[in-house]
Order: sequence, then C-alpha cells, then structure tokens
Amino acid sequence: MPSLLPARNRKRATDHATVLGKSLHRKHKAHKKRKKHKKRRPHHSHGHAQPPRHTQPPAQPPKPPPHPTGGSLPPAPDLNHLRAERLLWRAGFGPRPGDVDRVVSAGLDATVRSLTNPSGAANLVGPAPTDEDGNALAPADAWGHDHLWWLDRMVRSDQQLVERMTLIWHDWFATSNEKVDSQQRMLDQNALLRSHALGSFQDLLVALTQDPAMLTWLDGIENDKDDPNENYAREVMELFTLGADRGAYTEQDVRELARALTGWRATWTDGAGLQNFRYDDRRHDHGQKTVFGHTGDFDWRDAVRLCLENPFHASFFVTKLWSYFVPTPPDTATQAALQRLYLDSGYGIGPVVEAILKHPDLYSDRALVKPPVVYNAGLLRATGQGVATSAWAWLGSQAGQQLFYPPNVSGWDDSTWLDTSTWRGRSQIVTYGLRKTYVDPWDDQHPYSSTEDPTTAVADALRYLGNPSLSRELRDGLLAFAGSCLPTAMKSWQDAPYRAMRQNALRHLILTSSDWQAC
Amino acid sequence: MADCCRDFTRSQLLHHAAAEAGRGLPKIEPGMPTPAGTGLSRRSFIARSAGMALAVYGASRLGFGALDEGVAAAAAGGPQRVLVSIFLPGGCDGMTVLAPVGDPRYATLRPTLKIDPSLGTPFTEDARLRWSPSAAGLSTLHGEGKVTAFPAIGYDHPDQSHFTSRHFWEVGAVDTSARFGWMGRFLDATGADDNPLQGLSLNGDLSPALAAARVPVAAVEKPEDFTFWIPGVGDPVQEPTLAAFGALGHLPTGDPVLAGARRVAAEVDGVRRALQPFGDGDGNPTYKAPVTYPDNDLARKLTGLAAMLAAGLPLRCVAMDAVGGYDTHSNQASDLPGDLQATCDAVLAFQRDLEARGIADRVLTTVWSEFGRRPEENGSGTDHGAAGTAFVIGSKARGQMVGEFPGLAQLDDDDNLRATSDFRGLYCSVLEQWFQTDAASVIPGASSFSRPALLKS
Repeated sequence: MPSLLPARNRKRATDHATVLGKSLHRKHKAHKKRKKHKKRRPHHSHGHAQPPRHTQPPAQPPKPPPHPTGGSLPPAPDLNHLRAERLLWRAGFGPRPGDVDRVVSAGLDATVRSLTNPSGAANLVGPAPTDEDGNALAPADAWGHDHLWWLDRMVRSDQQLVERMTLIWHDWFATSNEKVDSQQRMLDQNALLRSHALGSFQDLLVALTQDPAMLTWLDGIENDKDDPNENYAREVMELFTLGADRGAYTEQDVRELARALTGWRATWTDGAGLQNFRYDDRRHDHGQKTVFGHTGDFDWRDAVRLCLENPFHASFFVTKLWSYFVPTPPDTATQAALQRLYLDSGYGIGPVVEAILKHPDLYSDRALVKPPVVYNAGLLRATGQGVATSAWAWLGSQAGQQLFYPPNVSGWDDSTWLDTSTWRGRSQIVTYGLRKTYVDPWDDQHPYSSTEDPTTAVADALRYLGNPSLSRELRDGLLAFAGSCLPTAMKSWQDAPYRAMRQNALRHLILTSSDWQAC
Repeated sequence: MADCCRDFTRSQLLHHAAAEAGRGLPKIEPGMPTPAGTGLSRRSFIARSAGMALAVYGASRLGFGALDEGVAAAAAGGPQRVLVSIFLPGGCDGMTVLAPVGDPRYATLRPTLKIDPSLGTPFTEDARLRWSPSAAGLSTLHGEGKVTAFPAIGYDHPDQSHFTSRHFWEVGAVDTSARFGWMGRFLDATGADDNPLQGLSLNGDLSPALAAARVPVAAVEKPEDFTFWIPGVGDPVQEPTLAAFGALGHLPTGDPVLAGARRVAAEVDGVRRALQPFGDGDGNPTYKAPVTYPDNDLARKLTGLAAMLAAGLPLRCVAMDAVGGYDTHSNQASDLPGDLQATCDAVLAFQRDLEARGIADRVLTTVWSEFGRRPEENGSGTDHGAAGTAFVIGSKARGQMVGEFPGLAQLDDDDNLRATSDFRGLYCSVLEQWFQTDAASVIPGASSFSRPALLKS
C-alpha cells in the first residue's frame, strides 16, 4: 500500500506482526508433533507405476481380472504442504499446479510478506477471458459479464490477496446491482475497493461514503435536511464500523447521524438514469447534532470520523476481519494486539491482515467452507483453465454467490454456504469445469486403459487435480467406489470405456467432496 | 435490499433468460441412460427409491445411508399437516397492506404515500382499515373467512435492525445468540432422522427459520430441476456415481466443518431420489397445476409445492421468500404495489390449487416480515418501524383478527406503531393448535405468551 501512515507507525506495525509471527512458530512445533504420530501408520509409498494414459493399444489384451490391484496413491501431503495449501486458499483462490511446492520452498513468512506487499499493478497471467463463442467480455453491459470479468481476475491475478481482500470488502460493504442498476457503477465501486484493498480503512470508508453505487444503494441521495433518510446512517454503524447489539449506538444516534450525512444528491435523466452525484450544501442540515454524546454541526466527513473514533470500532473491525480468515474468534491477547496494531497504524488494513495470515490459529483451527466464487476460481486454477464460458455467472448464482448481487446489505452468510440446493450448484460448477477435459470413453483413436486398477484410477484422478490433500477416510471411500462401481463381469469392449467413465466420475467426486469444498 | 420493482423485474428476467439459455445441457452423453424416474407413478417411485440403495450399494463396504428410505417411510405414514412460511424480506409496510384510511392522523403522516380511499376494499373487522388494491388476493380470501389477520404484530422493545429483528422472528425468540430456527427446533423435537424433506426451503438456499440442530432439512429451488450431469459418465457408472454422493457423505469425521459438508452431500442424495418423478431429467416439470397461477417466482415455487404435497411427499415445514424486496426507504409508491400484488396473487392461486386438489385442509400458510415501517413517511419512502402485519391463511384458518390496529394517535418512543400481538404467541398457537405439539419444547418462555385462536373450531 502506498502508506499514508507516518514512518514511526509503520515500524511499530511491523514489530507487532513479528511478535505474532513468533508465537506462530512455537505453536506449530506442537502441531507437528501431533501429526507425526499419524504418519507412522502404514501408508502408501511413492508410486510412479501406473501406465501413462491413452498409450496402451486397445487391441486384444488378455482379459484382465475385473478389479486388478497393484497401483498406489500419491503420499498424503506433509504439514508444510497442508499449511501452504491453506494459505493459498485463505489468502487467495487456491493453488495452481506447483504453487504449493513453491510456497513450501519459499517459506510461509516470506510468502505472506509478498502477499501483503504487492508492488505496482497486478499482472493477469494467461489468456484473456471470453464468452463461449470466443468474444471478449462486456462487463459494463452484458448480463453476467461483470461476474465473469471479476472471476477472471481471481483466476489470473498475480496479486491474489488483493483480489481476495476486494472480495472481502464487497461482502463487508455489500452493495447489489439489483438496486444500483448500473454495472459500470458497480465496476467503479469494485475498482475503489481494490485500490484500498490493503490500505487505510479510513480512506476506504471516506471513499465509499461518496461512492455513487453506495449513495444509490443505501439512499444517500435521498437523505436531505427536510426528509432525512436513515438507511446509510444505520448500516454504516451496524454493519460497517460498530456492530449491532453491543451498546455502541442508540436509535437516537441513528437519527442524528442521518442528519449529519444529509446533502448528497444526484440528477435523474430519462434514458441516462441517475447522473451527476454530488454534495449540495443547500440540502445539508446545518443544525447541531449529538452523536455518541458529541455535539456539533457535523457533516458527512465528521460522521465517518465519529464512527471510526467510537471506542467500539477497533474491536468490531478486528473481529470481523479475523472472521474472514479464521473461524474461531481470536483469544483476548491476540484481539488486543490486533486492535493496537490497527489503531497504531492509523486504521491500516495491511498490517492487520499480515498478522492474521501469520497467526498460528489460521493453520491450526478447523477448515472453512470455500465461498462459491473462490471454489469456482480455484477449480479453474487447479485445472489450468481460464474463463471461457458465460455459464459461470448463473452457476455462481445457483451455488449461492453471484458477484455484484449479494443477498442484502449484510453480505453473504459465510456460515451457511452449503445446503442441498447450493451443493447442487457446486456440482454444476464442477460439471462445467470438467466438461471440456473429461476422458472420452468412446474415443477409438485414444482409448482409455482397459486394465487400470482402482488404486491407479484414484491416483490418476488426484494427480490430474494437482494432488489436493484429502482425509484418509475420503481416500478410502474413493478407493471403495473405484473398486465397486464397475460391473463385476464386463465384455472386453466395455473394459476401456467403463474405466474412462470411472476416471471421470472420480474427478467429479473429488471436486464435490467435503474435503475439496473446505480448506 | 431491492426496493425498486422495475429494476428487480428487469434483472430477474435477464437472469432467467440466461439461466434458461444455460440449461441447454446435452441431453444424452454416449452411454448415458434415459433419466431415471420419468413417468413413474408415485408408488413405483417410492419402491424404486427404497430399493435402489440396496441394489447399488447393498453389498458395498461403503454402506449406504437410509435417507431416501427415510423419505419413503415418512411418506408411508400418511398425510400430515403442513406449515408454509412466506417471508416478505426488508420490512413490509403494514400501513400499505391494511391502510388506516379512517385514522385522523393517516393523511398527515403519509401525505404522498396514502392510498386513495376509493380504491381497495374495506377490511370488514375494523372500519378504520382498508385492504390495499395490491392485496386483493388476501382480501378475497379474508372475505371467505380463510385469513386470520394480525394488524400490528411485533414484540416489546422492538429492534430496528433488519438482521436482528429478522433473526428474532426466525429463531422464535428475542435472543441474538440463538442458533437454530423455530421450525428447525420443532422438527428437532418431532421430526425424523432420515427425512430431509420434512423441512424444505424453496429459496435457492436454506431459510434460517428451518435450521435444525439434529435432523436433516433441505433446500430445493424447483422440484423438477434437482438433477445432475457428470460429463463423460453414463450407464452403468452413472447411478453408482450419484449414489456415491451419499456414500461419501456418510463417511465419519471428527471435523465439524467436513461433517457439515458431508451431511449435506448425503441429503442431496436422498432429495435427488425423492424428486426424480417431478422432472423429465431436463429440468421440465412432469406435473401440472389444476388452476392458473400468476407469472412470478413465488407462484412457480407454490405450483411445485402443491404438486409435491398432492403426491404425498412427507413435507412438514416449508419456507420461502415473497416476490421482491420490501425495504422501501425510497420510491415506495412506485415499487411496493407490484411486489405486494405479485405475492398476494400467488398466495390466492396456491389456496385455489390446494382446494382443487382436495388437500387444503392440511396446509396452513403464514405471511410475515421482520418489522413494519415508520408511520411518518420520509419524503418518498418509509424508514424502519416496529409493529407490522402478518397473516395466517388456509381453509382451516379461523378468519378472526388477532390484536387490533393500535391507532396513530399514540406511537411508541421512536414514533413507531405499537404491537398488539406477539409473534411468539403466534408460533405457540401454530405449534399447539396446528401441530399438536407442546410449544414449551420449542419456544423459550412459551408460558408467558397468550395463545390466539388460529383455527376454526
């Protein structure tokens, strides 16, 4: 971030991150010990044994036993790989092939530092996104292309944390095009969120308070001195800075803050819609207002300042930001350290995020279900694909997350991503993710192996997906499936095609599994 | 919150257009079987659902959960009473639904939003009130004695946050820390371990009021559409693969997050089997409504719901959102009537559908919102208020108002409408009078709420 903080504060911020980083180191040792125990159980050895696909001539091999054995699964990832994998999912959109190894060799601390200190503009690596006909996207105009445009950045950006933070701010300041009704204005807000992604929360809030999409969404332009509209005043306290039911503000504060925020307006023109968003002092209420016990002729800048200076703000900020990365709330000492870091850095986002990403809880606490769009981007990254169909937009909606259309101003509910309906949406995402690369069971030119055994089949499917870490019972469950899904007696012409189907099925089952849904 | 029906309709249309276009999945992959379940009678589908697990996985060491068998078993127990909950998200303006045109302060507080007293219909139980023209569907049913109205429902010390107040209604308690929905707790107390359809959300995701601690519940957008396509997988591998969703979902784990994800996968498998007869495999319904519904999302959900109920699926609590959004801070006069009318028309058609199918006696519908809106308008809309309106609808509904309209002369400390009935009393009555269940096991502090009579005696 181009820091707006005095150098003194920046230094202190770094110190705090280091302190938290040290405790991380200690805790991890204990963690390692526990894991070691597990590894002693008999396990699969390294296997390079399985035959390369498509090279076995189908001709007339001797009839194999229905379920031959002898292959072996890739070894379960060690702790360093598990931690690297988790960091890549929590601070970005999952690993591309080889990313986990790269993080392991660079080390977690160095990786976190490079994530939180991006320089310059992001590079988008790989082919530009298109719709299914190969046309360039029209994110400001075509339905769903806004979603595709951002999904593409999630897949291709080399500043993964910046995109992930932009997604977090989209959820935190959840604005929906359902009411804004202008994809361009939503994209403008998106650029604003990205430019402040790791910067100052104060700058971010000041910018958002005058952002046309937000002024439309929460009726800032309807809020004038004669008829104050409370929409933004309430949500800026309840959802953006202070939190409900904590005693941070009263209903009277909502009304007084609404008066302070009066004065914004826009002009409606038939055909062009809302234009010329501006602050008009004549519409501002210049009377005295009393907010949180302070009295003055406050305006919108004062309103932002008063919310940030409210003693309940720092704790709200830290708790909420933490919850995007770690499911269990921080302990008291961590909470206090993070609040200090936040305030000492002058509302700095980057230092707090860096400390959270270095905190041992991120790696030791339980898994988090991946948000649908993260799941989708991660699937494309893992399989080396870019955005090349507009289906991702409506698939995102079916899975429960269409970008630029959060369900309401409190954003998406991260605790309820999975139900039978959204699970089906995720399965559909996998369908579209695999439909161009599945093994064709009926390809006579390149017939599939007619002898592949169940273990090799599972190993091959895992390898195709970059060998993601899966729990032991799931690997066993996949082996059981692979060993039982084919008819016990097959005709020779069925050997290869049915095994190809099994391979396709295994990839789908891995990607829809609990273990791939969460990290 | 969407509060502009023009925008809502337009983008919904676009959304649907894209979704329909995107549905063009190839019908048959090489080797793919004809979609199962097509044209099956209800009886054969139950037999098939129950038998399939054994046929596919009976001998497998993965084992197989009994969710679909649970659905069949629950259905075999015979038809049960059903509660349908329709939520108006955003805080619906009760003073539009039942406009207090006879109250002396109405015109002063609502100079631009007041309804024309020559429009709409009189509310026969209180001469001060008038049904909005947009609520004609409810007015018709009220005239037939099938609507129990709550003209000012809420709770003491009303909270004006959408999320807090909605949460109270969803969990059935004024308690920010409660985690499970009131219908979910009812199902926990009386439901089955193996029937996810007992709590069914027809939104694209699970309704919090259905969230249960113990028993499975489900979310389905359309019953005809719960199908799966796995590229490059056909007969004979497809059916074992779909069954493996369930088998892998039943794998034990100590990790609560993985356990949650697996539970959903197992429920997916049970729901998929149960809903096979309702679609042709391509997402088209195999059922047809005996009445005409309006053309909107809620109506489509209710059409499918009536078909599922008529087929004898073991549903108990069903939840869905109304058409549109009701957080009308601005442009209320142009935005609210369309959504309200679409919702009320769909509810009327649903009741007619149930009557035509002869199952209206076992369905009770509630229509509610998290709060009403402030009596004094803000120029072009209304801000968050306190007491609002709710309705209990059905052939068995008593049709007699609960509580009264408190009048605009005396508002609460925040200038909002005072509540004359409590939503927790409504829930207690539903549990006791409709479901014959002890409300004390579901609603905290149940003994402190008076029970309005909801049903015809």
